[in-house]
Amino acid sequence: MNDWSRAASAGSTAGAAASAATFSGNRGLQIEEKLIFEQDSPGHCGVDLPEPAPFDGRLGGLERQGPIGLPGLSEPQVVRHFTRLSQKNCAIDSGLYPLGSCTMKHNPRLNEKLARLPGLADIHPLQPVSTVPGALELIDTLAHWLKTLTGMPAIALSPGAGAHGELCGMMTIRAALEARRDPRRRVLVPESAHGTNPATAAACGYSVDPIPANARGRVDRAALEARLGPDVAALMLTNPNTCGLFEDEIVEIAAAVHRAGAFFYCDGANFNAIVGRVRPSDLGIDCMHLNLHKTFSTPHGGGGPGSGPVALAASLAPYAPLPWLVHGENGLDLVEHRRGEALAAIGRLKGFHGQMGMFVRALAYMMSHGADGLRQVAEDAVLNANYLRVLLEGDLSLSFPGPCMHEVLFDDRFLKDTQITTLDFAKALIDEGYHPMTMYFPLVVHGALLIEPTETESKAALDEFAAVVKALAGAARAGAAARFRAAPLLTPRRRLDETLAARQPLLRWRPVAPRREAAE
Amino acid sequence: MRYLPLTSRDRGEMLATIGVGSIDALFAEVPAAARLDGLVDLPRAMGEIEVERTIAAMAARNLAAGSAPFFVGGGAYRHHVPAAVDHLIQRGEFLTSYTPYQPEVSQGTLQYLYEFQTQIALLTGMDAANASLYDGATACAEAVMMANRVTGRKRAVLSGGLHPHYREVCETYARFVGFALAAQDPAPGEAEDLAPLIDSGTSCVVVQNPDFWGELRDWSSLAQACHDHGALLIVVVTEIVSLGAIRPPGAMGADIVAAEGQSIGNSLNFGGPYLGLFASRDKFVRQMPGRLVGQTVDADGKRGWVLTLSTREQHIRRERATSNVCTNSGLCALAFTIHLALLGEAGLTRLARLNHAAAVALADRLEKLPGVRIANRTFFNEFALRLPCPAAPAVEALAARGVLGGIPVSRLYPDRPELADLLLVAATETVTEADMDRLALGLAEVLS
Repeated sequence: MNDWSRAASAGSTAGAAASAATFSGNRGLQIEEKLIFEQDSPGHCGVDLPEPAPFDGRLGGLERQGPIGLPGLSEPQVVRHFTRLSQKNCAIDSGLYPLGSCTMKHNPRLNEKLARLPGLADIHPLQPVSTVPGALELIDTLAHWLKTLTGMPAIALSPGAGAHGELCGMMTIRAALEARRDPRRRVLVPESAHGTNPATAAACGYSVDPIPANARGRVDRAALEARLGPDVAALMLTNPNTCGLFEDEIVEIAAAVHRAGAFFYCDGANFNAIVGRVRPSDLGIDCMHLNLHKTFSTPHGGGGPGSGPVALAASLAPYAPLPWLVHGENGLDLVEHRRGEALAAIGRLKGFHGQMGMFVRALAYMMSHGADGLRQVAEDAVLNANYLRVLLEGDLSLSFPGPCMHEVLFDDRFLKDTQITTLDFAKALIDEGYHPMTMYFPLVVHGALLIEPTETESKAALDEFAAVVKALAGAARAGAAARFRAAPLLTPRRRLDETLAARQPLLRWRPVAPRREAAE
Repeated sequence: MRYLPLTSRDRGEMLATIGVGSIDALFAEVPAAARLDGLVDLPRAMGEIEVERTIAAMAARNLAAGSAPFFVGGGAYRHHVPAAVDHLIQRGEFLTSYTPYQPEVSQGTLQYLYEFQTQIALLTGMDAANASLYDGATACAEAVMMANRVTGRKRAVLSGGLHPHYREVCETYARFVGFALAAQDPAPGEAEDLAPLIDSGTSCVVVQNPDFWGELRDWSSLAQACHDHGALLIVVVTEIVSLGAIRPPGAMGADIVAAEGQSIGNSLNFGGPYLGLFASRDKFVRQMPGRLVGQTVDADGKRGWVLTLSTREQHIRRERATSNVCTNSGLCALAFTIHLALLGEAGLTRLARLNHAAAVALADRLEKLPGVRIANRTFFNEFALRLPCPAAPAVEALAARGVLGGIPVSRLYPDRPELADLLLVAATETVTEADMDRLALGLAEVLS
């Protein structure tokens, strides 16, 4: 018998306790919380506003007819509701979040404080430029840091997230090709790429040509070079790649791409592994987006907002989207229209000037670390991932032997003949108090489990996590399949029926018809 | 470094466990020529005090809206946000969580997004809404592309009353994604007859309400004209608070609503992050971009929520996805949901009345200035003024007097001299009588 099967029997007691009926349906600190629409007390309001004095409206007969249907709640009800909801979430603040390819690192609160300074949060994007010199200075400083770290001469700041940055980068590439009257039709994308890469290339009007991985988990250079040709617009490559490996032939690949007259787009989602130690410009990259919400620690916020600045080589810089921040005779200025030096700009990709609130946080993060701290970030991120690799490779199945970068990829060979899937294994991890690792991605191995600890985990935290994962692997080998398939047992909700959700979409609350109407 | 928990002793022990002599061994696969031996040319690490001092000095160089009479709108509005909103969105369980792909440990995020989707559907008068997009302008471009997918056509008509940034974003997408746009000329305050432009090749007509000039429009007959030709009507709303007072797009026959949600719960933030709202008729939801939350049950039969219809999305469909969008504006949507929960039916309708009252009071004052005329027949909380002189220098002169007096239309339409005397002025519940007096007085001085 192993520890986990004893834990499982203890767990079944815990499970019985968890499912034991309470009068309320609540379970200790876990409260069943209704929707705000089910807590309506009509006429109630959580905001005290004066009633305006009578006036002659100028709505021209377009007044709203009938109620909107919003519920009325007081402030204490609202605060309690959202506090209870928050308690149903996993978060970095409450535990290690080993989600590969997502860089779930600590979010410093200093950055939150600074982003809320009235001089930054309470300024309007279209108030006179003369009244916001500090905002332009901040954006320019951020641009300087990002250009120095990437080694690239220009940076487009307006994209709203990583995928928007990809779109921006691919648009500049297409604009550059059109400018030299060299329309090309294909974009090469490795099979290990994030789904956004092929989706972006397709959105930009290109056909997508997948490139296989080699046995070492890198892009197959021979296959790639065989696909290059006069109709290839670009290669979109992630480096380090989504297997957590550095593309060690990247310089040769870049040279081959350039020989073919194509551009080299790099997905910078994994920049955390090399920040301060490698400049993308030195690898032959023409264009790379940065996820400020990954490497530079702006909060993920439950799924955004993100920010996806794009570093551009000199050959692509003329096509950067509007607005441009330029150094003019009277200091910094905003160029908001396609004219002068910005004549070839691809135009606008987003309203206003970009994710300023994220710029403040990212700059505070970079200044806090400095050149020395950022280099240490990359080193500790890589060290932590390799430490987990060594602790776990005897129990899980490592997909590619040897050192990894900031994340380590396992596959499901260790679950062979256990009747347990990667999904079951990850869900069991939830009962142990951890958010799952990334599952079934990348697609180049079977049943992938991608683990990225980041540099903000301590050695003790990694030791504890590894011990839990090893214990789970032992339990899997020992045949505790039923428990794995039932997991999680201890969460606010157990496995949810995603098929039902998709077959009969219920995307909003609707009031239940009053009983008497139904009876009529 | 305060954010890095490893000590040098930890690092030594971990390297020994890994079996390498130094950290450099773990970077051995980086080509030698690309390895940086020393530090990049940037400042060294700073403590909290120094970082705070440096960035606060930059902030101090800006004129914050709250420290001046403030009348700037144009798609971003300054409203009062209750203190509870910012407190709640900074709870670590919201702030530092990931996209809710693991529903068992994300019911908090999923439930508020379901509440958010319901609020948006109710406000806009539509059947369903998604979990948000980057901002209003990108939501508008996504709406056009969705209409193209639904109709199988590739030509959109854009009203001249559409926010110019929204038009420009559509133009960028049109060029690279490959569809045609017929953008109409701006004609502030004038009627615009778009129906004759619709034909069997038109995928959609994009209009705005209130339009960029603040004018209120009834698009019901245009909706009918669209539907007669098999085209969709997309209604853009850049001031979502207006829907507390005016007839929603759904009641006018809109098929898709693309809106900016910044006005509720979110600060001005110099233009971002903002909150793209996106709603449509039920029959089109499978063509929607972005994340959707749906209700379901768990293994014990209890109600719960999941991300759903993800077979539309890039992480499943890759190059065949409906959109490359991979994120939403989660935390901005949370701020919106909390603020609107606090307001409720009574609060939102009163807030909207207060905004309209403030704008009417301001219009009454400014109309009395010699040579000044309001271009609008109707408005909600923003309108266009015709000045007897170019607006841009007037706005600069007002700023020199400490008044943020609105947006000179020439900033957005620099090549249209016929719009150079137009000033866009907004008034929300945050504007006081004294603020209005200072604008009226300042403008009188500037114009004399």
